[in-house]
Order: sequence, then structure tokens, then C-alpha cells
Amino acid sequence: MLKIKRVPTVMSNYQEEMSTEAVGCGRNCLGKCCLHVSNLPLYTFSSNLNSPKSESFLSELLLAQWEERMRQGLFRYDVTACETKVIPGPQGFIAQLNEGRHLKKRPTEFRVDQVLQPFDPAKFNFTKVGQEEVLFQFQNGGLIEKSYFLERAGVDPAMAPNVVAINVSPIEYGHMLLIPRVLDCVPQQIDQDGILLALHMAAEASNPYFRLGYNSLGAFATINHLHFQAYYLNIQLPVEKAQIEMITQRGLGESEKGVKISRLMNYPVRGLVFSEGNTIGDLADVVSKACICLQQNNIPFNVLISDRGHQIYLFPQCYAEKQALGEVSQELLDTQVNPAVWEISGHIVLKRRKDYDEASEASAWRLLAEVSLSDERFEEVKEYIFAAIGVVESKFEVNNEEKERAEEAAMLDGNMFEPVASHFQEGCLVVE
Amino acid sequence: MDTSSSDSDPVRLSLTSRYSDWVLEALEELSDCFLITDPAISGHPIVFASQSFLSMSGYSKSEILGRNPRLFQGPETDRGSVCQIREAIRTRQSVQVTLVNYRKDGTPHQVLFHMCPVFVEEDGSVVHFFAIQVPIVRRPGTRPCSKGLLRGCRDEVRKGCDAHAQKVFDNVCSRVSEEGETCMAGEWERERALNAANSIISALNRYNNFTGLVVSTKQCCGPRTIPAFSSCLNLSLGGINKSFVLSDPHLPGMPIVYASDAFLSLTGYSRCEVLGRNSRFLNGPGTCSKALQEINASIGAEKSCTLRLLNYRKDGSSFWNLFHISPVRNATGKIAYYIGVILDEASKGELNGISPEMWQFGTVGAVKVAVRSLSFSCSGPSWSSNSR
Repeated sequence: MLKIKRVPTVMSNYQEEMSTEAVGCGRNCLGKCCLHVSNLPLYTFSSNLNSPKSESFLSELLLAQWEERMRQGLFRYDVTACETKVIPGPQGFIAQLNEGRHLKKRPTEFRVDQVLQPFDPAKFNFTKVGQEEVLFQFQNGGLIEKSYFLERAGVDPAMAPNVVAINVSPIEYGHMLLIPRVLDCVPQQIDQDGILLALHMAAEASNPYFRLGYNSLGAFATINHLHFQAYYLNIQLPVEKAQIEMITQRGLGESEKGVKISRLMNYPVRGLVFSEGNTIGDLADVVSKACICLQQNNIPFNVLISDRGHQIYLFPQCYAEKQALGEVSQELLDTQVNPAVWEISGHIVLKRRKDYDEASEASAWRLLAEVSLSDERFEEVKEYIFAAIGVVESKFEVNNEEKERAEEAAMLDGNMFEPVASHFQEGCLVVE
Repeated sequence: MDTSSSDSDPVRLSLTSRYSDWVLEALEELSDCFLITDPAISGHPIVFASQSFLSMSGYSKSEILGRNPRLFQGPETDRGSVCQIREAIRTRQSVQVTLVNYRKDGTPHQVLFHMCPVFVEEDGSVVHFFAIQVPIVRRPGTRPCSKGLLRGCRDEVRKGCDAHAQKVFDNVCSRVSEEGETCMAGEWERERALNAANSIISALNRYNNFTGLVVSTKQCCGPRTIPAFSSCLNLSLGGINKSFVLSDPHLPGMPIVYASDAFLSLTGYSRCEVLGRNSRFLNGPGTCSKALQEINASIGAEKSCTLRLLNYRKDGSSFWNLFHISPVRNATGKIAYYIGVILDEASKGELNGISPEMWQFGTVGAVKVAVRSLSFSCSGPSWSSNSR
């Protein structure tokens, strides 16, 4: 069994207080004991993506509730007081100096050789979180005309409530956790429903600077209870700026479901990019199949949901394994950076002033390159994924044609951006 | 829906108030397809559309003035291009991309989209953006037209109507073909775009006699004063449709450096009457001094506070202000501004079911997110010299 010593991040105040004994209730938690007699704010979204969306409705509510929790003093520190900068260089990595994020206690051991581990009710999970840490329930209202919000609503456990909670150790303003079907106590693993809910949230927030992320066990998830993270940052993440190269055309077959699969280029971490899809459900289906394939092959991975849910990045990684096998340089270990989805996307939280002041594009690239699978291993993993999804890589000529057009464009004028032939089922929005 | 035709409509005044009344005529004379937008107005709307643009798109002027140009996008519009445009607006740079736009009748067409910010030379602030659209035409020697397109061309030529055939040829070839082939913009389109850009800037500068405003598409080094900040703030905060002001505690007198449109509507002041002044002009005889002391104490302690006080509009009428003030930090982690959220108590029933508190907090949250990454997009003065 591979183990590493890590200082975990505390996501809930109750995680900090927890000892190993189960705590009795009466604490107004999110368990079956309390939830059915509670009132929580409720946001019900319309799954009809063509219904008119007030662009900032969900975002304003999220931010309002988050600010209110700040007022209540629920966060371990004020994240807006943490220095942040863009590291000079073409990638534009974002570095943050955050000395308060990690526990000051003794590090705990965490098993990293198993991506799938059964849910353990004795360990900390989100049913133990106090209700004050919950921003609201987030429910699918089906094809209702438009989304609505109630500041107080009863919780109906039969409806499998999904909750949005604060992350008490935020890395940015608005850092929150999306916990699908909290009462079902699903361990940290991707399924179609989970991804679909996350995509709906991204679409509903309707803000290109709002992203959701997922870390599998072994890829620096801290809690074995299904959750996604999300926050706002009004700048393009480096991974979002990176070029992508299409691998499969937008196939219309049963398995492809109109999803386009590309690979990341010129970026330190190798990854796949899923976009388009005939419907949001189809995109969720293909992405979840890819993730399930990785889970079943015990390959840790991270997922970034970007661009209002239209662009999904999948990064298989191997950093924890390398760490356990002693293959990571001491210099990198000393930074104590756990390369989870935000770090991999280019937003790097540093604990030491020295690392922050000396942060450079080269050092960030070096760190992230350690996280990435090698070329050969990535190709292998890509094959597993394609087999699982039932997709065939496009014929050679298609890729060649694209390359020719790109070269032609580059020759005509350095300024010209190569348009990508694409079809979208939804309108695009330019942010004001 | 028609925008208001009153004299004080910011959309209609956007150009004439900065240049002169004649600038509209000069712009009308240009034969290119272009739009001008004003980032200082909430929603970053169109304030001018050339005749050619209206013909090309099929819209009438009243249908698009006051609206954001995203209305021309549709299913086939490339998301990557849209992201590039958005980033260019945020970082105040020029951009040139190929784009699929949609006419009023729903038909898509390809254009070379060329957008430039208009900088005020004196202080480097961005006062407008203009966006030129050059329709892309297929020319022999590039990709062959698909069958559908050629059929259209041949039919028209067969009818023997030469001038009309040419027009149809242009029209048809600028459509995206059924198989999804895209047209490439060539030298010709790019040159047209650059010429159009030069013409627009010349027109703007020629008719600035009244206001003395000199503009260009390049940001020059100018004195870093409040207006430059305003421009950055306008772009980041323009989308927040709430009534609030930002005051800078590092400048003497703690003046207002940003005021939202909603604030100006609520209080009846114009932007230039408000920028640079301390917000105490909202107070009056009925304003309780204890409330003012509380506000000052909060600022001194770098804390937030919420209270209710009597404030006055420009016309002298009073209203109960459900006021909330909070420090707002930027990327250095230090306090950069104080936000004052102003809510007229009389309108608290019109908040779509949201409580006044949540309304205030939502505003604060959105502004905090925006200000946090402000310094990433604006090459302003070094922030450390401004922080405490």
C-alpha cells in the first residue's frame, strides 16, 4: 500500500473539530437526523437550456450568500487579503501566497494507491457539516419556465437534495463545494448524474469566469464523499489559453453523441478536452464514461469544467504515486504544493513567501510537468478511454487538412487566428 | 425595443457628448460596416451602427442601439473567437478574428471582425470600442465553393442579370456552406479593415473641436490619474447592475472613483458631477450624525457596516438609504477601495424576492471578484505605491 504524508486542507469547520469518535447530533447538521426538519435556501434551476437566463441571477445569489458567511466569520481567513499575481510569461500562471490554507497540526497519512475507496461513515463527510456552512440547495426543476430562488424552503430528503456549501479554506473569493445527493453518501467518484449536475451549475451561473473542478482520490481529493469545487476568478486560466488539437471529429454516431475530443498542446500537463455534444446530457455521458474508465483502471485524475460548462478538461496524473515512490525532488516537495485541479489549471497556491517571490514560469512549468503522465503513458490511457467511450480516432487525412489550413493562415499573416469549423447547439455570449 | 429617445439617454449622447454633434454625420459618411460600443454604459451597448452594417445585418438602427453586440452571434459562431474578443475587451487591446454572425433573418455569414479600443490620448482611458465587420468573399484560387453555393451562382448568371448576379454571388459565397467549410479572410479583407479603422479614428478626431478630445487606437503614456482607473473599472464593473460607488481611501478626501449607472439614476447626478467628490454630498439636514460617525468608525477600523440613513438626491428630494459599506481588496491583498451600496428603502419590494441584505451582499461579492483581478488586466500604476 502506497502512502504519503500530507497536510490536508480543512474544508469544513467540523472537519477541524472532528476527532475519531462520531459526534452525536443536535448540531443542525446535514445528516438524515437533522435535514428533514430544516429549512435551507433553495435554488431550483430549469433544465431547459433555451429558457431565458438572467445572466447573473445564480452568480449574484452565490456571491451574496458567500459574503454573508464571511460576515458570520465562518472562514478560516480572508482570502481577499492573500497576495496574488500573474507570473510574467506567455502561459500567465497565477500564483497566490496563502499561508493559512494548511492545517498547522501533525500531518496525517492518506492512502493514495486506490482511486476507488468505499465510503466510510466514521471518517469526516459532508453530512457532518453544520447547516450554516450551506449556501443553498441546488435542485433540478425539470423543464420549468425559469429558475427561481427561495430564501427558506423545507428540505425534502426524498428529493435527494444537492447542496452548495462554503469551503472554509478558500483559494479565491466564492470558493464553494457542490455536493450532489448529500444524503446518499456517495464516495468520491464520478458518475453521470454528478457530472451532469456540475454542468448544469456551470451553465446556470452563466459566467465564463466561474469554474468547477474535481479531484479523484489519489489526485489530492481530501474527503471521500462526492463533491466538486468551484470559484470565481476574473482572468483566463493558463490551461484555458492553451492551444488544443482536435483528435476526433464531432462524430454523430451513437457513442460519440456529437462530442468533440481534443488534446492539450504546449501545456506542461497532458490532458484531453471534451466539448460540444448534442445535448448537455450527452456531454456528461461521454465525460463520465471517460472518468469511470480511469477509475476502474486505478488512474488518478482531475477534471476542470470551464466556459459555462462547454469545455471540460480531463487530466490523468501520477504525482502522488511518484511522491510515494520517492521520485519527486526535495525542492518540489518543500513547496508543499499538492497539484490538484486548480494548480494543474495554472492557479498555484503557495505556502511560503520565498516560493511566491521567486515564482517563475519555469518553476511553475517544472512543477506541473512532474504531475503529467509521460507521452507514452498518456497515449496508452487515451486508448483505454477511447475504447470505453466507443470512439475511433479520426482518420489521418482530417488532421492533416486542419494542419494545412493552420499553416496557410500562419503564412498569410501572423495576426490571423485560425477559425475552427464547429457547430454549437447553444448561443455564445460575450461578457459585457 | 426602442431605446428611450429622451435627450438624457446615455446611448444617444455617448458620441456627441464626447466629440461633437457633427461626428455622427461624419461617421455616417463612411461606407464600411462597423459598430461603436460604449463600455462605460452598463451592458457595454452599441451606440452607433453604420448604414452598411444595418444593410448587411438587416436590422434597423432602433433595433440594435442600446443592445450588446452578442445579439449577432448564434449557434455556428466559434466559441474560441468569442473568447478572444472578450479577452481583448478586458485587456483593452485590438483583435482581429474570423467570426460567424447572424442577420436579422437568421442567416449566418462570415466576417473578418476587427475591433479596436479608442484611447483618450491625455489620460489613457478607453472611451469606446469600435468593431468593423468585413464580409468574407470566396475568391477563385482558394477553396472551391460547395455544390450548394455554385448552384446559386449559376442560376443567377443564367438569368442573365449581371449586376444582380454579382451581388448574389457575393451574398451566397459569404455564407457558411452546408458542409461547414469556412472561408478564409485574405489580404483584401484585412486591408479594408485597417482602412476603415483609420477612417473612423480620423472622423472622431476631426470632430472633437468642441470637446478637445484627442483619441487614438494606441494607448499612450499619459499621467496616471483617476480617469485611467475609471476606464479599467468601467470595463470590469460595468456589468454589475446595482447601485453602488467605489471610493479610494488613499486619495485625499476619499473621493468616488467609480459610480454605477444605477447609482446615477437613483440619485439624479451625472457621472462627472460625482467622480472625484466625496460621497458626503448625499447627506443633508435630515441625515443623522450618529450614522455618519458609525460609517467613519467602520472605515477607520477597516470593517464593514450596514445602516439606514436619510440621503438626498440632486433635486433635493430625500430617501431612506439602506446603506452598506465594506472594504474591497485588490490582488495585493491590501484594501484598494471602499464600496458603498445604496438601496432606496422604498424599492425594497422590487428586488425579485431577494432580501435587501442579500441584494447588498450580492453587489459587494460581485465587486470584490472584479476588483481582485483588476490589476491583472490593467497596466496601471504600480499598485504597491497605492496600498497602505
